[in-house]
Amino acid sequence: MRIGLFVPCFIDALFPEVGVATLELLERFGHEVVYPRDQTCCGQPMADNGFNADSAATEALFVRNFSGFDYVVAPEGSCVHHVRDNFDALEQTAEVKEVRARTYELVEFLHDIVKPDALPWAKFPHRVGLHNKCVTLRRLKHAKPSELHEPFYSKPLDLLSKVEGIEFVTPARPDECCGFGGTFSVFEEVVSAKMGYDKVRDHARAGAEYVVSADSSCIMHQQGCAERIGVPIKFIHIAQILNGASA
Amino acid sequence: MSIASEGAGDTGVMLHPELRADRDEAPKSPNGQRLDHAEGASKPLRVRPEKQPRGAKIHGNRPVNQAEAAARFIAAPEHEKMHDERLWDLRQKRDREMHGIPEWEELRALASSIKEHTLVHLDEYLEQFEAKASANGIHLHWAKDAAEHNHIVHRILSDHGAKSLIKSKSMLTEECGFRHYMASVGIEVIETDLGERIQQLDNEDPSHVVVPAVHKLRTDVAEVFAKTIGTDPNNSDVHYLAEAQRQSNRPLILAADAGMTGCNFAVAETGTFVVCTNEGNADLSANVPKLHIASIGIEKIIPRLEHLAVLIRLLSRSALGSPITQYTSHFRGPRDGGEMHIVLVDNGRSSRLGMPEFWTSLKCIRCGACMNTCPVYRRSGGLSYGATYSGPIGLIIDPTFNAHKYSNLPFASTLNGSCSNVCPVKINIHEQILAWRRELVKLHEVSFVKKAAMKAAGELLSRPAAYRAAIATADVALANLPRFVIYNGLNTWGTHREVPHPPRQTFHSWHQANRRAKK
Repeated sequence: MRIGLFVPCFIDALFPEVGVATLELLERFGHEVVYPRDQTCCGQPMADNGFNADSAATEALFVRNFSGFDYVVAPEGSCVHHVRDNFDALEQTAEVKEVRARTYELVEFLHDIVKPDALPWAKFPHRVGLHNKCVTLRRLKHAKPSELHEPFYSKPLDLLSKVEGIEFVTPARPDECCGFGGTFSVFEEVVSAKMGYDKVRDHARAGAEYVVSADSSCIMHQQGCAERIGVPIKFIHIAQILNGASA
Repeated sequence: MSIASEGAGDTGVMLHPELRADRDEAPKSPNGQRLDHAEGASKPLRVRPEKQPRGAKIHGNRPVNQAEAAARFIAAPEHEKMHDERLWDLRQKRDREMHGIPEWEELRALASSIKEHTLVHLDEYLEQFEAKASANGIHLHWAKDAAEHNHIVHRILSDHGAKSLIKSKSMLTEECGFRHYMASVGIEVIETDLGERIQQLDNEDPSHVVVPAVHKLRTDVAEVFAKTIGTDPNNSDVHYLAEAQRQSNRPLILAADAGMTGCNFAVAETGTFVVCTNEGNADLSANVPKLHIASIGIEKIIPRLEHLAVLIRLLSRSALGSPITQYTSHFRGPRDGGEMHIVLVDNGRSSRLGMPEFWTSLKCIRCGACMNTCPVYRRSGGLSYGATYSGPIGLIIDPTFNAHKYSNLPFASTLNGSCSNVCPVKINIHEQILAWRRELVKLHEVSFVKKAAMKAAGELLSRPAAYRAAIATADVALANLPRFVIYNGLNTWGTHREVPHPPRQTFHSWHQANRRAKK
């Protein structure tokens, strides 16, 4: 398969190791992974604030960069959610629709398309709390949200349970929002930070050494909150653990 | 942002002392008993709490600053902690009830389709209801807006020479500013719901559609009662306070000239209506005086009694995590020697029905489940929204009343979507919140700063060369990036959080150095 790798703007700039782990992990499964060098962003920041007209040019650029791949894969659920569900500032040509339909978040791509039996290179002998980003949980349907009456499933836990030595701990409010919320984190920064404090405390009380997530945006926020109030948890992206990061 | 200077700028203020220890998830009093009531758990207080933070500051028609009021609520850690835990407790009870009903998701789908069907055929069902209710001996009135509602009720009361009115809780009458109007024409209104009575005595709006005084600690109630009904200001025992209120309110109830209720469901095929309470106070309001007036929003109609069975199964389970309210009272017509009036109120509902993206908000049955689950609401308090409806449902209803005044509200959300998942009638609340943001941009109801930032971000992110130049090195990236990822600069991000640690190189540079040959 020929995969277009989308590294969202803030991951590119602040969490390059997540991009590297995603690239290496996809290559481990024998896929050709291409990084289109003119990529910037998916357009979500503008569109999430209601400014669709301002996201149109960025969305058009995304389509130019990622047209023609078998799949487009990104290590961030909210960007994929934007492309798949809200990417409508553009005229919906066949090309646009094609790119939208072929864009996957890393965990769902691995779980639903690659379907690995084992990850023999991955060992992570630590107590880990899983954080599902809200849109990744409820819109990309990574796992059963606590509000719904449906059978339990969790794509990230399925993958992580193939990692040797990993131990899971569960916070009291497993899918409570951590308060990032994109621009919410600055427009309502007091509420956002309070939610983040409560979230990292909840993980710490559950005994987590690491919080793992498929979304670096929540990690960025939670890490900033944990460091501010002195909660000694470490944060890591799921791509890094699945790619064999040791710590 | 200026909210940091409102008292929450110091991280220490935001951290409740108990946050450094384990959070108290299953509270018990010193003698081991847990005080638990259908509408929430009451807990003894460990320390003398701070004064109750008040709600949003209202400046005429200027946009309400929810963030500012929320910051003040968070700066009152005893209040914030109690509020968050108490409402989370309701959410957990709701989950337990849900797990007891295998067909829960089918019920939600059914309830949603019943309400949608009714809204699509609202004119027919309203006419049917009017005909049946009239045949039952009820006087029907139609009010196009809040003012007309208030005038109609005033006229009915005047016709009967009524000077005092007891009423049960009704969000519609809150919408209509009913108590203020009645005060202006010299009619005494006595709320019979305990929480609503507390709010009335404190001259404050309800902060929640089901539990109106949920933002108050028992000490706040003791302070209000000491000032208004003469209780001991130092006694905040909940039994003492509840009994004192009962003793003070009962004579007023018995002497009232007229009674008023809201309505949870109005059944078209029978011309009857149903009121659900846990205190039986609607029954007092309806049955003690000879004159009963019910204010009913036109969206409360359902076609048949069999539909009521579906909605009743969902209502209290969603609201409070109890199988059913203590009282589910059906009103068919006036009793002997009595008189019953219904005021059917539009007040913006028919124009909302014409809004393609927002009409399904009319499915709402006012259970408050979206508020209980909302992490922003739980930490902000309902009064921070400065509007009749708070929490997620408020974010999508309030702007239909005034898109300018409530233009900030749709941004008071992380779009996490928990609200839509708990909604018993499956309103896509978080999608409507996003749709309102788009609508407000179209209506030019967003700030110039935000508009300029979004335009600049859109231009930079659509031009790869300019974008790469802006974040050419990691240091430059850290200086520039949050400006277009989070738009407001590092100072706001960093007020209560550490900034991300800048890496040595971007992924882009790493790829150039390590993988360029492969491309």
